[in-house]
Amino acid sequence: MEILTNLINGMSLGSVYAIIALGYTMVYGIAKMLNFAHGDVIMVGAYICFCAISYLGLPAIAGVILSVVGCTVLGIVVERLAYKPLRDAPSLNVLITAIGVSYFLQNAALLIMGSDPKSFSSIISLPALRLFDGQLVISATTVLTIVVCVVIMVALTLFTTKTKMGKAMRACSEDRGAATLMGINVNSTISMVFAIGSGLAAIAGVLLCSAYPTLMPTTGSMPGIKAFTAAVLGGIGSIPGAALGGVLLGIIEIFARAYIGTQLADAVVFAVLIVMLLIKPAGLLGKNVSEKV
Amino acid sequence: MKKLSKTLRSTLSTYALIIIAFIVVQVLMGADLISNSLQGQLVPICAYVCLAVSLNLVVGISGELSLGHAGFMSVGAFTGVIVAACLARAGVEAELVLFVVSAVAGALVAGIVGLLVGIPVMRLRGDYLAIVTLAFGEIIKNLLNNFYIGVDNAGLHFSMQNSSSLGMEQGTIIVNGPQGAVGIDKISTFVGGVVLVLITVAVVLNLMHSRSGRAIMAVRDNRIAAESVGINVTKYRLMAFAVASALAGAAGVLYAMNYSTIIPSQFDFNTSILILVYVVLGGMGNIRGSIIAAAFLTVLPELLRAINDYRMLIYAVVLILVMVVPNLKAYQRLVDMVRVRILKRDAAEQAPAAAEGGEGHE
Repeated sequence: MEILTNLINGMSLGSVYAIIALGYTMVYGIAKMLNFAHGDVIMVGAYICFCAISYLGLPAIAGVILSVVGCTVLGIVVERLAYKPLRDAPSLNVLITAIGVSYFLQNAALLIMGSDPKSFSSIISLPALRLFDGQLVISATTVLTIVVCVVIMVALTLFTTKTKMGKAMRACSEDRGAATLMGINVNSTISMVFAIGSGLAAIAGVLLCSAYPTLMPTTGSMPGIKAFTAAVLGGIGSIPGAALGGVLLGIIEIFARAYIGTQLADAVVFAVLIVMLLIKPAGLLGKNVSEKV
Repeated sequence: MKKLSKTLRSTLSTYALIIIAFIVVQVLMGADLISNSLQGQLVPICAYVCLAVSLNLVVGISGELSLGHAGFMSVGAFTGVIVAACLARAGVEAELVLFVVSAVAGALVAGIVGLLVGIPVMRLRGDYLAIVTLAFGEIIKNLLNNFYIGVDNAGLHFSMQNSSSLGMEQGTIIVNGPQGAVGIDKISTFVGGVVLVLITVAVVLNLMHSRSGRAIMAVRDNRIAAESVGINVTKYRLMAFAVASALAGAAGVLYAMNYSTIIPSQFDFNTSILILVYVVLGGMGNIRGSIIAAAFLTVLPELLRAINDYRMLIYAVVLILVMVVPNLKAYQRLVDMVRVRILKRDAAEQAPAAAEGGEGHE
């Protein structure tokens, strides 16, 4: 039973990573940039939800919607102001800008909300699921996280394969120049990817803080790095890869915590990543692009 | 002939910059014009300059994005602290000897770790390489968080459980897991820091201008072309990585010996990023730029202390603006206008002054 509990908890944590990793991987696929500020959007989303519920007294669902809307707008604004002018700049400059945005969001949160950790009360008030005569207890948060992740994955897959916007998105990530020639507005497509990614980050933030209820200005950075790792593990740029990488990473982390020790869990996670990349240098589902001479 | 003298001039001006900065600071200190908090920053500035210069070897000259430089810094720092503690216990009292020996030991161990990490890392490229260096940095931090090292008359004791499982009799604990190393002798000095900066710059510049350095840059510019003329790509990438790690280790020792306590989580991903920011702002492959950027950006938060609450926010805004503004159309138009003016003025003398950008020397 212990293994099963760990497996389910791992899948739940992994689902959160997967949702965050989707944002990383889509932005990377289309804009070829590592958006290090993505982790901090999670934090912003969680704070918006927290404020809406605790200070404004709104119902949980309104808090979530407000947080998604807020983060979507934030994503678009950040892209317009900080990343768009750098469209043709070297990728390292964009990376540093993203780091600047990350510092900015963290310190703005620090100024507005203070450094003391806020206790995030779970938005889910359903009773826990009891199976096998109470031997296996799964909290409603865990179940909901996994369900939400699956729904998002299905919706996103449908979106990218069936809709015009989604196809434009894939075209842009395949070959930006060719997409422009076909009449696709690359700029608005990139904006949309940032919007979707940030909206998903808000959901991930709310889910993450429902499971681990301490909310601080730095809450987003470690999950952000882990999700980035997950995106690379699955093959950066690939949407199913991000989901697979995220879930795998979550399971590995929970098992490492349970059987190796809390202190070394992160080391194990990163060691697995290194080994995986040495075996498959482009990630699990990534395409191995051969170089042309 | 002219090219050689240009390289030489730029090298000499880099050394001159460091020495002049050192003299200016000494004079200001003599005149009591530097605040205490800024004086406390002098050694960290030197350490960060060393780190930025060494990371520039990897990022700017070898062209690999490394996000785990702080890991090597911490390997050096903890090695240095352990060596210094052991030597002090063995009765070595001369601070200079202690510092030099621990810095060399820190550099050696960090260099070896860099080499070991580099062997798998160099199989990868681009962003995958970046994420693996990040992973190694985090692994090093995590492992150090679980290291318990003590020394007694029987020698060194090591454990990964807790400090009581070291099995020592009347020994001193040097490294205590997440609490880090405590009771460090503060033997770093500003003079020592400047000397280390000079050594680091000398190593990097000499490597850059040597046959190996040209090979490293050739690999950066075009890996396939370099390979086809018989350059051993892996060897030269690895060389740059290991040398940079060793230099980071020495800088870590300098940094650690400035405080009485260091903890492993100080040397995390954010520190690696901080160093990377210095390198990119200073200009990739430009050693002088790294020195100036590291010194300036370490001092900047101190200068902004008057607006304490907002200083990190302003730091972030400055960082974004420095990156974004040169790419704005309005700014580029302005630069072009100024450039045309200068060109017109210099047309008579036929000096292509405008061709001199901030691109560094290559």
